[in-house]
Amino acid sequence: MATNELMIEVKNLTKRYGEVRALDDISFEVKRGQVLGFLGPNGAGKTTTMKILTTFIAPSSGSAKVAGLDISEAPLEVRRKVGYLPESAPLYTDMQVIECLEFVAELRNISKPDRKTAIARVIETCGLKGMTGREIRTLSKGYKQRVGLAQAMIHDPSILILDEPTNGLDPNQIAEIRELIRSIGKERTVILSTHHLAEVQAAADRVLIIHKGKIVADGSPEELESSKGGARYDVTLATPQDGMKGVKEAFLGIPGVNEVDVPQTPKNGTLDIVVRGQRESDVRADIFRKVVERNWVMLGLGRKQVDLEAIFRRLTTETASIKEGGAQ
Amino acid sequence: MNNTLAIARREFRAYFNSPVAYFVITVFLVMVGILFFVPFFAQDRASMRDFFALVPFLLIFFGPAITMRLIAEERRSGTLEMLLTMPVRDTDVIVGKFIAALGLFLVALLLTLPYAFTVSTFGELDWGPVMGGYLGLLLLGAATLAIGLFASSQTENQIVAFVVALIITMFFTMVDRFAAFMPAVAVPFVEFLSISTHFENAARGVVDSRDVLYFLSLTALALFLSFRALEARRWR
Repeated sequence: MATNELMIEVKNLTKRYGEVRALDDISFEVKRGQVLGFLGPNGAGKTTTMKILTTFIAPSSGSAKVAGLDISEAPLEVRRKVGYLPESAPLYTDMQVIECLEFVAELRNISKPDRKTAIARVIETCGLKGMTGREIRTLSKGYKQRVGLAQAMIHDPSILILDEPTNGLDPNQIAEIRELIRSIGKERTVILSTHHLAEVQAAADRVLIIHKGKIVADGSPEELESSKGGARYDVTLATPQDGMKGVKEAFLGIPGVNEVDVPQTPKNGTLDIVVRGQRESDVRADIFRKVVERNWVMLGLGRKQVDLEAIFRRLTTETASIKEGGAQ
Repeated sequence: MNNTLAIARREFRAYFNSPVAYFVITVFLVMVGILFFVPFFAQDRASMRDFFALVPFLLIFFGPAITMRLIAEERRSGTLEMLLTMPVRDTDVIVGKFIAALGLFLVALLLTLPYAFTVSTFGELDWGPVMGGYLGLLLLGAATLAIGLFASSQTENQIVAFVVALIITMFFTMVDRFAAFMPAVAVPFVEFLSISTHFENAARGVVDSRDVLYFLSLTALALFLSFRALEARRWR
């Protein structure tokens, strides 16, 4: 569904809050019809990026274009093209659902005759029938989130930016909102942020993993699994008599192995090594032969497919290799 | 312009969706009624002069009470982000909210008109000065509310907004009282700054263009600073 038309172009965007770099020189592009999942731990810079793209805040340096319009030169034009659901869906709680949607429709400059149809459309899409007369303060979290989505879509925007759209919802509500996003995403460009991996796999056709203000991975969930993922081997050796010097090189020499993590110091006389290889091949036999050839003692050997969750954990935690090694 | 009015309408409705408007207006009317009519019956004069002398002091409290919510609450709840990512200018937000607050104040002011009618039943009331006085109150109210809006734009805590607005308004209302303690050179300056000095003429029913200019400038300055405070979010 994605065409080559670029709906969002981000170039070298940096945002500093005092000494802290919330965003550190990030660049990416989103094509029309793409659903981009923005993945990262809390504080990684997801919300900051979204606030910049919706022109709520300005970047410290760098530039961005939304629907071909520069965010600093034409902020009001950008806002007209974009529908935005801020984090935790802030709404005027003293208003009724219908009043809120009418207010937003008015600010969105939808002409009076069109307003009714626009409101009816989002009420239908977001499943708000029967709720229109309710005061927003009396709604459950799930319905508030739907009102937030409805107000973001009232002007039928070609770009939707959703900051943690399923945050705080129960599993049924999450499933419904995901379904909603998937159907919305058929015709529109969507950026959604989340720290739930399942969400990205369910709704997004491209994933951007962001950590400490930097993009650490970019691709479709499948691509990420095959390039950053693949197979993982947990090898446990008794600490070699001849020291640990040659261990890493020995395993790296095996065809199909991309990466070897050897801990600095052995634990209780054993060495927990993580070997990463291609998804398709299985090098357990080669590892075994290498161990025998070097006269080491093997205590354990296991192979696992690495899924998106493990990739995410590995890319967004610094001490990942040690932690993963322990979680066998 | 459309957006300004849409925001003003929403904000005005919000006052009446919550107890704020009813509470502020009721307490205002009751206090004005008591503080004006108790001495009124003790003297034998059909005049609104004391009413116009009284309201500026009540406004020190009621102005901030009307405005404290306006921006602080939007910051706290996050709705400011929703509002300012729609095709709305920062000035639409500031001016719209200011109009709403002024509208509420106008309602309260109109509800004091029965007091004037009551006074007129006790003797010959000269309506000219009364009109002048009301115009003066409207101008004074505009300046006070603009100051309150500015205070509300500085924080996400309504109480802080209230207290800051109260202090600033109190300063401008009472600063001339300290003229006696100041060096002679400072006196004209202090008198120029004082809301009370500029309101004195209006309280007597005389609308002086210099006073009008003073109140309008103070209003414009406070609104401009509120606008800057809102805009500052982008660069912080």
